[in-house]
Amino acid sequence: MSKEELLGRFSRRKLLKGLAGIPILGAAWWVGASNTVRKRKERDAILNALDIQAGSPPPTGPMSGAPLRIGIIGFGGRGQHLVRSLGFATDDWLVQMKEQADQNPKDTRLQSFLDQENLNVKLTAVCDVFDVNAEIAIGSFNKENNRITRFRTHTELIESGEVDAVIIATPDHWHAPMAIDALKAGIHVYVEKPMTHNIRETYELRDAVLASKAVFVVGHQHRQTQSFLTAQNAIAQNVLGHVSLIQANTNRNDDNGAWQYDIHERASSQTIDWDLFVGNAPKIPFNKEHFFRWRKWWAYGSGLSGDLMTHDYDRVNCVLNMGIPRSVVASGGIYTHNDGRNVPDVMQISMEFPGFSTGGSQQKGKEQGMTLVYSATLGNQHNRSTILMGHDATMELGNKLTIYVDPQSTRYRSLIEEGKMNPSIPVYQYDPAISGVDGISSATSKYFADKGLLWTYRDGKRVDSTFLHLREWLSVIRNGGKPSCGIKEGFEEAITAHMGGLSYKLGRRIDWDAEKQEIVPIEGFDLDEVLLMNKEKVT
Amino acid sequence: MDHEISKKRITALVILRLLIGWHFLYEGVVKLYNPAWTAKAYLLGASGPFTDFFRWLSSDSVILAVDFMNVFGLLAIGIALILGFQERVAAVAGMVLLLFYYLSQPPLPGSGQIGVEGNYFIVNKNLIETAALFVLYLFPTGQHFGMGVFGNKNTSHKSHHLNEPL
Repeated sequence: MSKEELLGRFSRRKLLKGLAGIPILGAAWWVGASNTVRKRKERDAILNALDIQAGSPPPTGPMSGAPLRIGIIGFGGRGQHLVRSLGFATDDWLVQMKEQADQNPKDTRLQSFLDQENLNVKLTAVCDVFDVNAEIAIGSFNKENNRITRFRTHTELIESGEVDAVIIATPDHWHAPMAIDALKAGIHVYVEKPMTHNIRETYELRDAVLASKAVFVVGHQHRQTQSFLTAQNAIAQNVLGHVSLIQANTNRNDDNGAWQYDIHERASSQTIDWDLFVGNAPKIPFNKEHFFRWRKWWAYGSGLSGDLMTHDYDRVNCVLNMGIPRSVVASGGIYTHNDGRNVPDVMQISMEFPGFSTGGSQQKGKEQGMTLVYSATLGNQHNRSTILMGHDATMELGNKLTIYVDPQSTRYRSLIEEGKMNPSIPVYQYDPAISGVDGISSATSKYFADKGLLWTYRDGKRVDSTFLHLREWLSVIRNGGKPSCGIKEGFEEAITAHMGGLSYKLGRRIDWDAEKQEIVPIEGFDLDEVLLMNKEKVT
Repeated sequence: MDHEISKKRITALVILRLLIGWHFLYEGVVKLYNPAWTAKAYLLGASGPFTDFFRWLSSDSVILAVDFMNVFGLLAIGIALILGFQERVAAVAGMVLLLFYYLSQPPLPGSGQIGVEGNYFIVNKNLIETAALFVLYLFPTGQHFGMGVFGNKNTSHKSHHLNEPL
């Protein structure tokens, strides 16, 4: 190439045209990099200011040693779910889930079950008053490597020498009698919520737990929920400031949600041991509906206050540890399902905690006291989330956790004024489902991982909280430690639920005497009797 | 007259090339400087007929490679388009990348779309930008404005198309 040609190719004009892109390139790079770094710094500043640790719970111990022998008492819907979490799925369920997975590849329930960790347990005993349920258990679990026996009564099961631990998933009126008998025999207990059906047995059960070496757990599996553990940390960091009001809700609008369960075609006085089912409840002739839809009557169930409010109460208690309310006022009625039930289907329960504080940001002594309002309907399913309302911030608590700063916050005033925090958008969002590797969680996965959203995984997988709760129970049995929902938590849950039921029926405020550790007596009423009665009959 | 028209055409195409280049580069830089960024949530939110494929891309064993390829691709395509260097290769790569975005969340009736403003049916901005890249592929302008000017004149015969009346 001659000098002229070379000069022609790299003339000043050509150089300009050829390299004109470089400053544009530099500009785009510089603007993009500096904007991103600035945003990251702002986000880090917010996260540092909040200092919430979305860490994992302390790991539970190994499942080694000899297999624990478990008995299931009550093998209905919930009982079947519980043993599935232990690793025992019924044949019917496996077939059904296989079909579902074949039809819909996103349905990973079967795969999740198969992937579940082996908890090193044997299911050795079942007790259910309905022959069909017991037969399902025998048919599905009596295998060469797992021998299971049916026992007619819980006492026979407990005394059989075949079990080290029992899971109680019966109607509520059987929870405490069975748990007490098991504890007295040194058998470990996992009992469904609510822990008890009346006040007297709440104390008796507490005494039995304290006198026994066996491990006792109440089945509030949501204590394992990652977002609640994150919420605990947010409260510990005083992120919300003083919380004055919490709203928690139940919203359901279908037959299943209103406890209008199917009545099995084989149900009869021949297949159901009716007297055993009734137990300490008022004696009435055989009644299929009472058997299958027991949650609709105070005689066996605990209504919205015991059946569903306990979830929300314990959820909040798990985050705040505020204990039993000083007083409770409740109201409601049967407004949607006037079908012979005597538990309300709409209920509001206001719980007062006048001496409690989550912490504050204003001068000492100004902020104290809190109300927890539980509001429930079985006639509408519009989602109302659980909201913790603090002077400095508001927290929406569910499987996700979202925090908004309050425009009038004292703690964040300067950050808001400087424009570093915007009260109208979440300053913090935590969604454990976003790690979801299964299809079912995809609807909740549609969030982008910015604006303070933190991701954590439990081994990178979505894990059933009932499984985690059972695992924790088994770990405490094997390795020692303290369960997250033991007798203290169960006692608080049960007493609060009973206060709600009493207030609804008596139409008056129910007080708790913290010093005497008792519900303040009401002259002329046996409170345990009131708990079992129709509201209309309480005079 | 024809010469005037073709100069304007070239200018318009250069502007289009720079705009798309900027768009790609900026997206790439933003992701490069944000260590928390990953396509996982976006892929998990996939909808439409290829959902399973995009969900697979989001799985733990693949997502690191997907994230790297995405950022690298955005940067390389953006740089090439702005500099006018290997712009035809960049245009094809950009079309492939955009089609991935398009197919992961196609604006079809019944499929939810994440974080979009406006209303779209079949045609959305990803599809339009893909079509624009197709134009850039057919009419490269690097030899008029960009590093193509340093290339051998004999090999840049593609530019002659631009000088012919359309």
